[in-house]
Amino acid sequence: MKHLMKSSLALCALIASGGMAFAECGIEKGSVRILSNDFLALQLVAAAAEACASPTVTVTRNLTAEHKNIQIAALTTNPATYTVAVVANGSIVPLLNDDLIQPMDDLVAKYGQDLQPNQLIKIDGKVMAIAFMANTQHLMYRKSVLEAAGIAAPKTYEDMLAAAAVLKEKGVMPNALVANFKPGWDLAQEFVNMYLGYGGEFFEPGTANAAISGEAGVKALTMMKALADTMGPEYMTYETVMLGQSWGAGEAGMMNMWGSVAGAITDPAGAAPDVAADTVLAAAPTVGGGTTPATTLWWDGFALAKNISPEDAEASFRAMMKAIAPDMATTNPAAAAWLIKGYQPTPAAVGVFETVSAGARPYPMLPYMGLLHTALGDNLAEFMQGQETAEQALADVTAAYNTAATEAGFLK
Amino acid sequence: MPHRTFFLFMLPSLFVMLLFIAAPIVSVAYQSLFVEHDQVMTEVESCDPFSCTKEMRVDPTAMAALREAAPMGKFNGLATYTNARHLATAEIATLWQTAPTMGAFYDGLMNLPFYKALAFTLTYTAVVTPLVIILGFFIALAINAIPQIIKGPVIFFSLLPMIVTPLIGSLVLFWMIDSQGIIGATLQRIFNDPGLALKASPTLTWATLITYGVWHSAPFSFIVFYAGLQTVPKDTLESAMIDGATRWERVRYVIIPHLMPLVTFVALMQLMDHFRVFEPIVGFSAAANASSLSYLIYSDLRGAETPLFGSAAATSMLTILGVVILLMPVLIRTWRDFGRKAH
Amino acid sequence: MKNRAERQPMSLITLSAIFIAVWLFAAAFPFLWTAWGSLKVQADFFSRTDWLNAITGPATLAQTGSTFTGDGYQGAWVEQAFWKSVINTAVVTVSVVVISLTIGTLGGYALARSGFRYTFWILIAALVFRAMPHVTLVSGYLLPFFQLNIWGYLPTTIIVLVAINQPFTLWMLHSFFLSIPKDLDEAAMVDGCTRFQAFRLAVIPVMWPGVVTTGLFSFLLAYNDFTVTSMLLTQSNQTMVPKIASFLGTVHAENKVMYAVAAVVSAIAPLFVLVLFFQRQIVSGLTAGAVKG
Repeated sequence: MKHLMKSSLALCALIASGGMAFAECGIEKGSVRILSNDFLALQLVAAAAEACASPTVTVTRNLTAEHKNIQIAALTTNPATYTVAVVANGSIVPLLNDDLIQPMDDLVAKYGQDLQPNQLIKIDGKVMAIAFMANTQHLMYRKSVLEAAGIAAPKTYEDMLAAAAVLKEKGVMPNALVANFKPGWDLAQEFVNMYLGYGGEFFEPGTANAAISGEAGVKALTMMKALADTMGPEYMTYETVMLGQSWGAGEAGMMNMWGSVAGAITDPAGAAPDVAADTVLAAAPTVGGGTTPATTLWWDGFALAKNISPEDAEASFRAMMKAIAPDMATTNPAAAAWLIKGYQPTPAAVGVFETVSAGARPYPMLPYMGLLHTALGDNLAEFMQGQETAEQALADVTAAYNTAATEAGFLK
Repeated sequence: MPHRTFFLFMLPSLFVMLLFIAAPIVSVAYQSLFVEHDQVMTEVESCDPFSCTKEMRVDPTAMAALREAAPMGKFNGLATYTNARHLATAEIATLWQTAPTMGAFYDGLMNLPFYKALAFTLTYTAVVTPLVIILGFFIALAINAIPQIIKGPVIFFSLLPMIVTPLIGSLVLFWMIDSQGIIGATLQRIFNDPGLALKASPTLTWATLITYGVWHSAPFSFIVFYAGLQTVPKDTLESAMIDGATRWERVRYVIIPHLMPLVTFVALMQLMDHFRVFEPIVGFSAAANASSLSYLIYSDLRGAETPLFGSAAATSMLTILGVVILLMPVLIRTWRDFGRKAH
Repeated sequence: MKNRAERQPMSLITLSAIFIAVWLFAAAFPFLWTAWGSLKVQADFFSRTDWLNAITGPATLAQTGSTFTGDGYQGAWVEQAFWKSVINTAVVTVSVVVISLTIGTLGGYALARSGFRYTFWILIAALVFRAMPHVTLVSGYLLPFFQLNIWGYLPTTIIVLVAINQPFTLWMLHSFFLSIPKDLDEAAMVDGCTRFQAFRLAVIPVMWPGVVTTGLFSFLLAYNDFTVTSMLLTQSNQTMVPKIASFLGTVHAENKVMYAVAAVVSAIAPLFVLVLFFQRQIVSGLTAGAVKG
């Protein structure tokens, strides 16, 4: 909890210092209206932007978990209800599809001197979003548990399966392996990870036709089922929050878990200090002899609404530059794996950066990826419970995707 | 009552309902006949913090022109209703011809999302509604007989399942039925089966959801019946006693007929609410084993980054149709009663 | 003196007492468990090792130095400013109840007193309106609300909740009015009242308990709503239930489940007072109605 406390304190300090920050941002006038998801790192960013408020500059923010569901309607109006939308790989897609955000190249050239080249999200050569933090699922394991059983640190899913079998046999831990297998978004995300690990491509090149039914798809599902077979009977309800608690209680020894929770899991002042000290963070495992880690990289960043005045666009961009300035990241290093200049990864962010340097692939920003993700989430549960074959499950996914993609106009 | 007075009295109520419910229903019904325009795609290079790749993108200018010409999208007729995510007519026809046995046909049918959802929705509605009515009736009978002084608190505690927000109610219950939780662990001990996990098997998940449904809705029927019991005429009860009716006969021939109109009301509301079951499926992470029409709608609107309005609209219209069919017997009865009253 | 019809044999009293006890246990136990657990830390209340930890609280002792902690309440009310949501909820629920009942009594009265066929069709239409899943309705509201620039404000949410609740209110009040003899308002009108005066001065006082009961159901709907309030309100106008939802963890957020638990327990307290206060009215109210299907 300690690092969170510190960040919360920083948050309070930022809010408190709001009044005197006018000179620092240098914005003459305009209106900055931020729509964002609601979690600590984004609260810090929004609070830092709010510090740019002055008699001539208004800064308002709406941080809500429903941001994804209201952003399209909110940015469609003219002028847009919000000037800044905080987005991720997935949620930027509908904004791009509906042409609701504007290129920021001019503003980057003018005010973006603190940005690093890899923060610029470019579509067709134009900067459409600025990323400021990264997240990915990566390996976490219990050092002492594995060492006691004479197992080396796992590098692949096959290693993990073997290690789980040994731990069970020796009676150390009956269900050492866990994963986010809750049907819906989580389960689909695990499939996406595994499928990329086997080198699969989701779509036939240049088309919106799903291409998951091949060998890589079956292999990915078979591996997921093999993992599930080592887990406790309730594996179909496992998700991040619950697994975090299970991990703290010492029930599990290995998982491919979101980097964003690594801070809480390895927190020496948290609920389970022994487990925290024993947890090692590493790059996501590979699978099937592949070299790419079986995971996807995610970024959070911001985009500028299209339907706003140039004055508001400039004010918003400059306020956001202030919000993601290097000193924000250095003041709150533990709040996220920042992509900001001068940020030194904390021990909790090591897993994320190792995974990035191991060459993991970003989550595809394709217009129809979300539809495939939903189809996967809805149709893999029967296979995972042994009620149908992998081929049948993939055929169901493809059928569901085809229906949805036809309706959305991507397939004829 | 003259027409003019009637409509003056009804005006505010009709106004809000027409504006916020009827108009959206009409627009949803209309929307369900359309799908998105064919997307115009171009290949572009996109870069993120990790790498650059060639990717397909929607061409926004071309799409804007299409939407300008036809804002509702591409006319699709009833095809959305008959596609694989809804009534799946083509799939069923194929299945009917190819399935070797009735069992295989049934399995194939249950693999179609709409019918899978319908199976749970109907089971849930059919089991929970009568149980809620019966349980509520007996609770009402029993609480009606307790001393006046403790009635207040007893009624409050009886209402708790209905008034604790399901968001947290199901979260806490979900934890309690975990195999590590108090209910899960106790059941394991009672049945002496350490492998027993309520969240794991489809049958047990259904049973859990149905139990939750009864628990959550019983207070509603209880409070309505309890109130109804207060109006049972004392002299009818007494004369029944004098005629030598047993306790059970008095309940059967005096109390139940008296409460019949309330039973209709509760059944009407409960059938409708249960047919739209949604919250427990999410709260209990039960999507692997149970799905409902409302869950399908939710998944269309919130599951993907781009909401599928046409598909959600079609499922919503089918839900309304389902409710109307379910309520048909009650509606016909009301119509007859009305015919007697009307002049 | 006790009525003969109410006297019961010992065996039946025992049986019914056991039944009540079992029901009360089933109904109240999860809440009492939550209320007790709200004074523990998360590792105890959601213990993976032994559910007994939620009662004894070893991790609470280890983390806070005592077996009880008010951290959840402190976090929710002070750190997360839960009181703002409480005020918003109070505004929303009171407005929804008042407006629903005002327009609902007028409409329900007219439906009960008019003998024309179209009243039947209005009632059926109301039922069909009620069948519409809320999530579809809300998704449809978004774009027009943003365009009219009325999205995010409490009045918008209030009027939407009133509309969504109107079919139920109409049905229930219509049934109540049916049970009140027509002679009452007709007599008043013979005495020179207009229809509205008869409604307000003669019928409503008799109907008061029925109005209170319907009001309680409206209250609960507005109080517990998540679908509408989470989608139509900005963060600063959030009501309690979406606020509580924001305490729950996601992939990104460190979760503050104990804040949510504490907030839920505190959210129940006013309802206890409310239910006790209205208990008599609820009962006599529904009595007056004898709601007819």
